[in-house]
Amino acid sequence: MIRLRQIIQHSAVRFWTILFAVTWLLSQYSWDLYKVLDARWIIKYPAAARLPLESKISSFMQWLVEDASFGLFSFRDLTRFIASLIEGPYDFARDLLIEGFSVGLGNEAVEIAPSLSWIAIIVTLVAMGHYARDWKLAALMGGCFLYLAVFGQWDSAMITLASVLIAVPIGAVGGLMLGIFAYRWVVFEQVIRPVLDLMQTVPVFAYLVPILFLFGFGPVSALVATIIYAMPPMVRVTILALRNVPSEVKDVGVMVGCTKHQLMWKVMVPSAAPMLMVGVNQVIMLSLNMVIIASMIGAGGLGFDVLTALRRLDIGGGIEAGVAIVVMAIALDRLSQAFATRVAADHQLDPDLPLVKRHPWTTTVLVVAIGTFLLARLLPGIQSYPEAATLSTGTFWSDIIRYINVNYFDTFEAVKTAFLSYLLLPVKRFFVGIPWAWGIIVMTMIGWRVGGLGLSVMTGLFTAFIAASGLWDKAMVTVYLCGVSVLIASGIGIPVGILAAQNDRANRVINSLIDTLQTLPSFVYLIPVVMLFRVGDFSAMIAVVLYALAPAVRYAAHGIRNVDPQLIEAGLVSGCTPRQLLWRIKLPMALPELLLGLNQTIMLALSMLVITALVGTRDLGQQVYIALTKADSGLGIVAGLSVAFIAIIADRILSASAKRAKQRLGLTS
Amino acid sequence: MEKPILLDCRNVWKIYGAQASRVHAEHRGNPSAETLRNQGLIGAVRNASVQIRQGEIFVIMGLSGSGKSTLVRCLSRLIEPTGGEILFEGQDLLTMSDKELIEIRRKKMGMVFQHFALLPHLTVLQNAAFPLEIQGMGKAEREARAREVVELVGLKGREDYYPRQLSGGQQQRVGIARSLAVEPDLWFLDEPFSALDPLIRREMQDEFLRLQNLLHKTIVFITHDFDEAIRLADRIAVMKDGEIVQIATPEELILNPATDYVEEFTRHIPRSKVLTLGSVMSPGAVAGEVGGDLQATQRIEDCADQIEASDLPFRVLSEDGTVVGSIGRQVVVDILIGRKVLL
Repeated sequence: MIRLRQIIQHSAVRFWTILFAVTWLLSQYSWDLYKVLDARWIIKYPAAARLPLESKISSFMQWLVEDASFGLFSFRDLTRFIASLIEGPYDFARDLLIEGFSVGLGNEAVEIAPSLSWIAIIVTLVAMGHYARDWKLAALMGGCFLYLAVFGQWDSAMITLASVLIAVPIGAVGGLMLGIFAYRWVVFEQVIRPVLDLMQTVPVFAYLVPILFLFGFGPVSALVATIIYAMPPMVRVTILALRNVPSEVKDVGVMVGCTKHQLMWKVMVPSAAPMLMVGVNQVIMLSLNMVIIASMIGAGGLGFDVLTALRRLDIGGGIEAGVAIVVMAIALDRLSQAFATRVAADHQLDPDLPLVKRHPWTTTVLVVAIGTFLLARLLPGIQSYPEAATLSTGTFWSDIIRYINVNYFDTFEAVKTAFLSYLLLPVKRFFVGIPWAWGIIVMTMIGWRVGGLGLSVMTGLFTAFIAASGLWDKAMVTVYLCGVSVLIASGIGIPVGILAAQNDRANRVINSLIDTLQTLPSFVYLIPVVMLFRVGDFSAMIAVVLYALAPAVRYAAHGIRNVDPQLIEAGLVSGCTPRQLLWRIKLPMALPELLLGLNQTIMLALSMLVITALVGTRDLGQQVYIALTKADSGLGIVAGLSVAFIAIIADRILSASAKRAKQRLGLTS
Repeated sequence: MEKPILLDCRNVWKIYGAQASRVHAEHRGNPSAETLRNQGLIGAVRNASVQIRQGEIFVIMGLSGSGKSTLVRCLSRLIEPTGGEILFEGQDLLTMSDKELIEIRRKKMGMVFQHFALLPHLTVLQNAAFPLEIQGMGKAEREARAREVVELVGLKGREDYYPRQLSGGQQQRVGIARSLAVEPDLWFLDEPFSALDPLIRREMQDEFLRLQNLLHKTIVFITHDFDEAIRLADRIAVMKDGEIVQIATPEELILNPATDYVEEFTRHIPRSKVLTLGSVMSPGAVAGEVGGDLQATQRIEDCADQIEASDLPFRVLSEDGTVVGSIGRQVVVDILIGRKVLL
């Protein structure tokens, strides 16, 4: 075994070439092989040997909802209890922001107090912007929300904001608490870490189905899904932030005689606060990312508008609501980032000042809220933005798209056809043709080659799971779409990253572009793409490439910039041309970072791929989506797990390669 | 008469690695270096015994990796030692309950850290008042006390600054103020000046000596800088590879280094700054004319000019005024130019 390994290691190139050649041959001729040998199992996993997981999970869910009981209360009571915990605050936030408070049900409802006026809400956000940073941010906040009012998105936006207001605190505090537990008890961390890994790779759709089952259609389900989706990064950030507190600071706490509780809340958490705020920012962005997906199980608001527009192919409406989400995402992102980096005023305020002067913003907000409340009795336009004054960009967008489609249809069609016939289809044929049995063997071999025995067992088993679930063909479509998209994203992203690393001005432009790309909720990418290229693999690919571009650029730039300057100087002194410097020194040294970037690109591509099921891809994402519409928990979870396994395999193989590359370059300390 | 022992540390071990305590117990609390190596264990502190007396400055000196930081963390029980006893005012810290330990740390111990370890979200005043806040002292009372210590370390007027607005030296002053706020009996300083520039370091050492003259604390001071150790210490423990090589006063270290390792450190130290007349004089009464009388406890540095200027030898007197020996120009010159002298 060891000898075999030595031989193989001496011939890395030969290993990969032979592996690819055999795979290609088998892929090309699997059909003929089946005909000649009359062995149908070659191309189709035998139905008799399929794992009956789907039906098992489905019946388990059924049992959970209908019969499960903990003695004193049933499982149903538990979910109702959780639902009521979330529903109360959510209703309050919604009443406060848009609906107004009322008593009674249905037609008998009597309004007892109106919601905050739109003016009051905007002033509050402006005040927060100024408090968190400066007038510039305040102006941005004001501008963004004024946009929502003027362009008629206010009502939907407030419903979305209400759900963000509920999901973010629960997600952030919940994540913080879980992170603290994991930090304190190693055992708990060991339990939670694989769960977190899985949570971040399982597509959201997969757990929408069981949530739908447990909580029913409605805003509560949507909030639960959002919280589950947004919490894992907060847990990770919390663990990391607490670990990063210098050990001396912790020692200070112990030496002054802190109890465990004091140590955590007076020393550790405040010292970790700046980094924890980064986690909160993540929670906000992920919550916004979820608004469209969550609207499939009952969230209203902007997400619902986008979804219905997508379904009706209402170009203008979709773009309008999509832009509104983007505007809101940008505003909340900048605001939370400002809070994260906010430094306390250098000198404390004079406590002798009157209350009003010490808190000018709180006072202003209160005055405006009460003032508009009173004035609204006379002028209804103060309570809610007058409809007559709204502008609609819907027709404008529709016209643009129509114009492009009328005049450039042939060009677009030609590009699309070229891509399809020269890139997408051949690759698709290659992947789909691979017989499942050989697929398992290949993955085992790659795992063994890159990471040794442990990894090979894992990759082999995961691949076998996918085959045994009867999802092999769908999985191969996912791999092909993901592969092509990642290839293109890297092909664009890495050169752009290199450019950003070598040129400061380009760096600034590229950075702000990438920042914006990353702020956009994933769904937004779909809208223009579908409008221009209609449904299909090509549209899906473009959306995935756009979404997955950012990490390729980031990691490439970071890798190149972090090459030891002494090495570059050594290269210069040896007389390297800039081109030689790049190819001989910078790129090889940046290889581990590039691999990590590739890893991230794949992860993002997979998560986006599932969403593109909405535009008609026929991969695992579609299976999950079908499961959602049929409320089939079993199929949803199995297909979701398959996507997660593909992601985990890719992650582990690339991490192992990056580690090996680092060792070879002597970069490990 | 010797002062009473405040902290008595007996046969303390800190071994890292799997089953460290089993190996420690199996070898009756004294595993050899070879045993540890064979078991794949690391002996960060090996069989350390030190007695720290009331009011002295006890310096633990060693290069990085010598185990000095681990030892001081064992003494304060920030790290759980693998074996041994640590008696603080007669009570064993290691068998103490968490509650008792918290009580002792709150009232009787203070510690200063190498990288200052100030809490970034608190002002200078709040940092200094932090230990008192933890004890539950009221705001007015603790801030009054914090103001005193902040003034004591010379930062009056900067109470409302945040740590990030201060220089390194100022930050460490805050660290010192914080550790003094509870009026500790035992004061640990873990390489307090190592992260500072040489000039500032010197200034902080002077400041430290000034404070000690006012406060007379019992001090355990960690450093990797032998000059600093010589300058500040009443007694020094030199550590190497987890073991204490020698415990002695600065003068004894220079006169009788226990090993070549210790001698290596002492070699470049100007002897005139450390040695006293009592240790270099020729013992016995002097006959004939003398240049004058000097005290046996005087450092050579302080009276070198006087001796060098005179052709005659000087009489050396003990504290009660009896003549214990004599010293001439030749010895002083030998010491000043660093010539090997047989003492």
